[in-house]
Amino acid sequence: MHRRILAGDRLIAAFLAGCALFNYPLLSLFDRPDEVFGIPLVYAYIFAAWAVVIGLMAWAVERRFK
Amino acid sequence: MLEAPVIIATSLLYLGTLFAVAWWGDKRADQGRSIIANPTIYALSMAVYCTTWTFYGSVGRAAVSGIGFLPVYLGPTLVMALGWIVLLKMIRIVKANRITSIADFISSRYGKSHGLGGLVTIIAVIGIIPYIALQLKAVSSTVSLLLSYPEIVMPHRSATMSVGADISFYIALILAAFTIVFGTRHLDATERHEGMVAAIALESGVKLVAFLAVGIFVTYGIYDGFGDIFDHAAADPDLQRLMTAIPSGKGYTSWFSLVVLSGLAVLFLPRQFQVAVVENVNEAHLKRAAWLFPLYLLLINIFVLPIALGGLLHFSGQGVDADTFVLTLPMSQRQEGLVLLVFIGGLSAATGMVIVETIALSTMVCNDLVMPLLLRHNRSAIEDAKDLSGLLLGIRRGAIVVILLLGYLYFRLAGEAYALVAIGLISFSAVAQFAPALIGGMYWRGGTRGGALAGLSAGFVVWGYTLLLPSFAKSGWLPGDFLAQGFFGIELLRPQQLFGLTGMDEISHCLFWSFLANIGAYVGVSLLRPPMVAEATQATLFVDALSETGQGGAVLWRGRAQVSDLQELVGRFLGPARAQSAFAAFARRRGSQGGGDEVTPEADAKLVQFAESLLAGAIGSASARVMVASVAKEEPLSIEEVMHILDEASQLRTYSRELERKSRELTAATLELQAANERLQELDRVKDDIMSSVTHELRTPLTSIRAFSELLRDDPKMHLADRERFLGLIVSETERLTRLINQTLDLAKIESGRADWNGCELDLKEVIEQSIAAISQLVREKEAHVEVDLPDNLPLILADRDRLIQVMLNLLSNAVKFLKPGSGRIRVTLSLHADGLQVSVVDNGPGIRPADQQLIFEKFRQVGDTMTAKPSGTGLGLPISRRIVEHFGGRLWVESVEGEGATFSFSLPFAHAQQQAVA
Repeated sequence: MHRRILAGDRLIAAFLAGCALFNYPLLSLFDRPDEVFGIPLVYAYIFAAWAVVIGLMAWAVERRFK
Repeated sequence: MLEAPVIIATSLLYLGTLFAVAWWGDKRADQGRSIIANPTIYALSMAVYCTTWTFYGSVGRAAVSGIGFLPVYLGPTLVMALGWIVLLKMIRIVKANRITSIADFISSRYGKSHGLGGLVTIIAVIGIIPYIALQLKAVSSTVSLLLSYPEIVMPHRSATMSVGADISFYIALILAAFTIVFGTRHLDATERHEGMVAAIALESGVKLVAFLAVGIFVTYGIYDGFGDIFDHAAADPDLQRLMTAIPSGKGYTSWFSLVVLSGLAVLFLPRQFQVAVVENVNEAHLKRAAWLFPLYLLLINIFVLPIALGGLLHFSGQGVDADTFVLTLPMSQRQEGLVLLVFIGGLSAATGMVIVETIALSTMVCNDLVMPLLLRHNRSAIEDAKDLSGLLLGIRRGAIVVILLLGYLYFRLAGEAYALVAIGLISFSAVAQFAPALIGGMYWRGGTRGGALAGLSAGFVVWGYTLLLPSFAKSGWLPGDFLAQGFFGIELLRPQQLFGLTGMDEISHCLFWSFLANIGAYVGVSLLRPPMVAEATQATLFVDALSETGQGGAVLWRGRAQVSDLQELVGRFLGPARAQSAFAAFARRRGSQGGGDEVTPEADAKLVQFAESLLAGAIGSASARVMVASVAKEEPLSIEEVMHILDEASQLRTYSRELERKSRELTAATLELQAANERLQELDRVKDDIMSSVTHELRTPLTSIRAFSELLRDDPKMHLADRERFLGLIVSETERLTRLINQTLDLAKIESGRADWNGCELDLKEVIEQSIAAISQLVREKEAHVEVDLPDNLPLILADRDRLIQVMLNLLSNAVKFLKPGSGRIRVTLSLHADGLQVSVVDNGPGIRPADQQLIFEKFRQVGDTMTAKPSGTGLGLPISRRIVEHFGGRLWVESVEGEGATFSFSLPFAHAQQQAVA
């Protein structure tokens, strides 16, 4: 039961993190004409943040509790 | 290679494969061996979200607005994080109430209302038909592009083209036929289509592979990696704009609106509701899908911007539509295989969307639009008909054809117009109108039917006015001054600056006003009056779906109905045979629960609810309610009664769970107690056995001692020789008594595990020689002969020296004891075996009968004729020896042929093997 509540809370945390990462104003910080490894900064940022949120969700639901 | 016959053959072959997969999936489902009971398949089926609007359209959007194509996929990612909470609740509600569509869901929540179901269906159909048109357009454009290969000619549809010559008309027909075969092969009371889901999952795989293939080809084949494309694009000021900034001005508001809108769409688009909720096999699959589906979205978007930039660079100034880059880039490089793969990928995206969407819409049209109308206007025909399952299937098939033809019609009319390009988001905004009534209904008890009707209507009207009508105006179907000057020339009513609101893009603008109207009307009207009984009942079942109350079991019906009437009613819609088997199964289930197995003509409330839920699966919950009411005399329940029943049911559930837990604990305790008791009895029995044997064995020597002593006392004149003989007997009997007591104590110690063992590594040969020396006196007395065969340098064994000598002495003295004086021979051998040493003591005595060969190892058992030969042993030597050998990991046994002597052997493992065993 506790596992389930914890996993649920983690998913909600991932949701909130995503809401913050994917929107103004955090998004605007990266909206600059810069590049990382030849890739436009904002493009790289969104995909990185996206991957992090997916990773968080996977961690929340797949992790075995010990 | 890319001629028309090849394209047509490939398409048909692909569709045939899909059909084979679907057929196989259905067959496995019938056998109860589902192939879609798998979280990965579930996540892939959710990816039906990605239509041609994604497959071709994302690149088109990226070519105009840079990363503006992304929020449509970020929204679903966020919603899936909440999927474990929201979708789980939806799935529970759908399963408990046998809901088959989103219209049914909303209708059922607000008291099984026909009006609401119908309204939701109309909104969905109006919102989705243009979206279907978009899929037809995509398929027909790609086909005509391919037909002009190797030239790249933008498809230009002439308005005068006859329907008969229009390839997309045939595409629509093929898709309709395909959908009918997929979705309405038979009427299922739960509206689940396992085969279809399997095919959709396969299509999702194909479109992802195709898109990644073309992305890799463009990025690494035409260009030299991501960096190369971005470098080229950076040199062009027009393109640089796409990579560096979110389109300025309204950028962030629009971005946020799209995130919200797509998040709602991924829940409420009829096709998403169908695959994610209705077709869900196991709610545990939600967990993996929660991150796999977003991962899918991420993967299919990685190459969008590179393809868009690559296409813009490659086709600079050639007038190639960015929506076609996915196909035209490989075409321009003469990659025929890749072109065909992309085409199939696009076909997957289109067919997947069309199939699921039309199945979902046709269910809604049948259950929430046509059935209510039939019930209202043609009630007698429905009630007289014997079997309506054919009619239901007919309605659904008809609805599929009509929906696809409407889609085709829209496509014909709209052509290349604006209305088609923007339609994805317009559709999203339409289905987003379901959100307040649906989410509100799941979490707020106070929402009423009136509130939901008002909210949906208001939201729908505002959506139509601010988004749909302007899209018509931009397409030239309405006078353009409607946009600029507003309705009737009233400036405040300008549809895209409603009441003078400016500074927003059209989607955010529509979303704001429609949600304001929708939520405002929903909440406002709901608060006007308290919910009626039916609304409050359903509200409780929905809101408490995850708690005790909502999990069924409560009987919310009172009245009288006949079993035969109900069965006949269900039979009319599902077919008599299926109705009969369903009723029989229900009766068996209840019988096995001890819920009364006698067949009565009068149906109880549980059976009525069962029949209603069966019907709800086939014709929708509102119509099912009406039909059941038509064959039953019902007494209305008051709201207090309903709440009381629900409370009771939930308490009952809690009690019964508690009871179950207690009874489980009780059972476990009883078992433990039983085991302990058995052990106790066993110990008691052993103790009794030993006591009786010991007392019996002690009595024998005691009796003889006493008898001889009395003889000596009573006859003082006894001869000295007799006297000495008697005294000798007394002494020997006393010795036997002592031995007996010692051995009994010894055995008791060994058996209870309290014996002292002094294990050390020792040479068995030495032990044997020592034992033989110790017994030599006895051997000499019997004039027997002892032979030994003891090899040198054998491995050591681990044992207690004194105990082993005890064993050897026991075996040797037994052997000597039974030898005939003068001719006895004893042979002692020591031999090496694979895992230990074996010692054998062979004699040529009388031997042991086969029947006695086990008995001699039991306590106090001495074989031989006790009438003639007085026992001289204690009957404990062999049992003790056996226990000693077993203690050191060996075994002791006897082989004997009666009359030819006996061989007692024991084996002991090597020291190292034994240490391993101990460790």
